[in-house]
Amino acid sequence: MTGRSSVPLLGTSQLIILVTLRVFIGWHFLYEGIVKFLNPGWTSFEYLMDSKGLFPGIFQSMAANADILNIVDFLNIWGLILIGLGLIMGIFTKFSGICGIILLSFYYLSHPPFLGLNYIIPQEGNYLIVNKTLIEILALAVLTIFPTGKIIGLDRIISRLR
Amino acid sequence: MFILDNDKRNKMKGIKSKKEKKKQKKAEKHSKLIGRRDLLKGLATIPVLGIFAYGIYRRRKLESIYRNNLLEELNLGPAPVPLLRQVNKEKVIRLGIIGFGIRGRHLLRAAGFAEPRWIDDNIAAAKNDRFNTSYDDYMNQEDLNAVVSGICDIFDIHAEEALLAGANIHRVGSEGKAGIKPKRFLNYKDLVSSPEIDAVIIATPDHWHAPIAIEAAKNGKHVYCEKPMTWAVNETYDLVRTVKENNIAFQLGHQGIQNEFCSAAKKIIEENILGNISLVELTTNRNSPNGAWVYAIHPDADPVNIDWEQFIGQAPYHKFSLERFFRWRCWWDYGLGISGDLMTHEYDLINQLMGIGIPHSAVSSGGIYYFKDGRTVPDVIQTTLEYPERDLTLLYSATLSNEVHRGTLIMGHDASMEINGGLKVKVEPNSTRFKEKIEKGKIDPGVPIYNYIPGKNNIDGIVSPTEQYFAQRGLLYTYRNGQRIDTTFLHIKEWIDCIRTNAKTSCNIDKGFEEAITAHMSAISYREGRKVYWDKDRQKII
Repeated sequence: MTGRSSVPLLGTSQLIILVTLRVFIGWHFLYEGIVKFLNPGWTSFEYLMDSKGLFPGIFQSMAANADILNIVDFLNIWGLILIGLGLIMGIFTKFSGICGIILLSFYYLSHPPFLGLNYIIPQEGNYLIVNKTLIEILALAVLTIFPTGKIIGLDRIISRLR
Repeated sequence: MFILDNDKRNKMKGIKSKKEKKKQKKAEKHSKLIGRRDLLKGLATIPVLGIFAYGIYRRRKLESIYRNNLLEELNLGPAPVPLLRQVNKEKVIRLGIIGFGIRGRHLLRAAGFAEPRWIDDNIAAAKNDRFNTSYDDYMNQEDLNAVVSGICDIFDIHAEEALLAGANIHRVGSEGKAGIKPKRFLNYKDLVSSPEIDAVIIATPDHWHAPIAIEAAKNGKHVYCEKPMTWAVNETYDLVRTVKENNIAFQLGHQGIQNEFCSAAKKIIEENILGNISLVELTTNRNSPNGAWVYAIHPDADPVNIDWEQFIGQAPYHKFSLERFFRWRCWWDYGLGISGDLMTHEYDLINQLMGIGIPHSAVSSGGIYYFKDGRTVPDVIQTTLEYPERDLTLLYSATLSNEVHRGTLIMGHDASMEINGGLKVKVEPNSTRFKEKIEKGKIDPGVPIYNYIPGKNNIDGIVSPTEQYFAQRGLLYTYRNGQRIDTTFLHIKEWIDCIRTNAKTSCNIDKGFEEAITAHMSAISYREGRKVYWDKDRQKII
C-alpha cells in the first residue's frame, strides 16, 4: 500500500478475487433490499420479535413501537439497497463496507447462534457462534482493509475529479 | 499503474515561481482528465447491475403469473376485510346482564363496561409487559352508546362486581370516578320484565339459557344469548317460536363469524373454487385445566351468598356443591359438554360459510380419558355429521388433553381450504377445473393460490416462510400498532346495531335453531350410544 492514496498494491489475481467478492456481497445486499422493497407487506416485525440472546429487549422494543418500526424498516430496506449498489459499483466502497458491517452486526446480535437459543424463524443450516452473517461481516472487513473501488469502480473516476 | 499519479503529484511539490505555479495548475488540470483506461476500470462492474435487473424482472414476471391468475380465478379484490358499520347511535340502549361469571365479564366489557379492577390489572400488566395491549385495545374500543341498567347474578360477590362494572361509564380503575350503579335484581324474571331494560345479555349455565331467553322475548327484550342456545331439545322449539312472535333482535354467542377472513372464505366457497366439497374436518384441541372447565372456586363462596335453589332451576336436584356451581360445564345436568360448548363454535362457522343446516344423521363416540375428576361429560369426542343430500360429511374431533392446533379443513375436488388463524387455499393436483392451468404451469399445486394472514394487506400465495411460521403460532400482528379488535366486541356491536336498525343478526334465531339441534344430536348420540337422525318433515330428532 502506498502511504498517501489508500489504494492497495495488488496482483491481478488478488484484485480479481477481491472485486468479485465485493460484487457478490453487493449483489446479496441489493437483492435482500429489493425483495423487501417490492413486497409492500414486508416488515421486520416478526424478525425483531424473535430476537434472543444478548439484547432481545432492545430489538423487541423496536418492533413494539409502530413509529420506530417504520423507521427501522425504512432504514433496513434502503440501507441494504444503497450498500449493495455501493459495493457492486465500487462507489463510496469503504463507507459502504463499514455500513454493511454495522447492519450485519445488528442481524447477528439480534439472532446470535448461541447454545440453547431456539428461534421460531427456521434456519437453513447448523451454526454454533459462527454463522454466515458473521462470516459476511468478516468478508466485508477484508474489503474495507483492501478497498478496490479506486482500482475497479466508480471511486476511481471520483478520485480523478477531486 | 496507479502509482504514476502519485509520482506526478510528488513532482509538483515545493515552492514555485508565478510561472511555475501556472505550469503546475495546467499540469493538475491535465492530471484530472479521465483517461479511457480510468473509464473502463471505473465502470467495469456496472454491467453486473444489468444482469441483476434482468433477474429481478424474471422473478417479478413469474410472481405476476400466479398473482393475476389468482385474482382472475377468485374474482376477489385485495381487501377482504369488512369495515365496521356505522349506524345512528342516538338512542341509548339500556342493557341488563344475567350471569357475571367468566364469559359475562367479557361480554359486558365488549359492550363497554369493564370492572374497575380489570382496568387496574391491565394497566399494571401493560407496565410489566410492553406487548400486553389489552388496556389500550379496550380504551380504543368504540363507544356503543349503551348503559347497564340492571344486573342479575345469584352469587352475591359476582353481583357486586357486576354493579361496579355497570357503573364504570368512564372506563376508569378503582381510583376513578364511577357513574350511577345499575339496579341489582335477585331473580331474572324481575330483570327481564323491568321497563327500564331494552335488551339482555344471557351468560348463565346452559340449562338456564332457554328459560331466560324465552321470558325475555315474551317481554319484548332483545336477547344476546351465550352458546349453546338450549340445554333440552324441547325448549329449542319454544324459544324459536317466542323470538319470532315477538320480533326481537336475537344474537347467539358464536363470534367466530366476525373474524376478518370470513368474508373472503365465504366468497371463495360461493365462487365454487373448491369444487365439490365432500369432507369437512373440524377440530378442537385444548390441554389445560382451564380449557377442560376446571375453573377456580371463589374462596369466599358459600351457601349463604349463593342462591342454590335458583342455580338448580330445571336441572335434577343435587345438594349444594361449590364444584358444580363453578365447574358446571363438567356435568350433563347443566351443560352439553364439548358438543354444546366447543363443537357449536366450529359448526356455526361452517354453517355461516356454507349454509349446511341440520345434518341428516349424527354419530358420536369418545370418553372420559384424562380428566377423571367426577365429571359426566367426555373429554374426548368425535362426531360424524352426514349430509347425504349434499354428498357431504362433516367430521368433528376434539380432545381436552392435547393442544396441537389442527384447525379446520374444507376438502373439495378442485381445492382445499384451511382455516387456521388465517386462510389458505391450495389447488388439488388432480383438480378437473384447474387441469389446464396446472398443465400450462399457471398454477402450482404446491403453492397456495390464496393465502390470507390476518393483518396483512396482500393476499397472494407468495408469503415468506417466516410469515407462515408466525401466522400459525398466532403471533403475527397480534400486537402490531396495539390494534387488534376483539371479535366478541364486534358480535355485541352487530347485535346492538341490529336493535337500532331492525336488521338481522348473523347468528340469528334460525342459525341458532340449527346449532342447537346439531349439538343435541351429537350429545344424544354419545350418551345413548346410537346413531341419531333428523326427521326433516316432522322437525324431530329420532
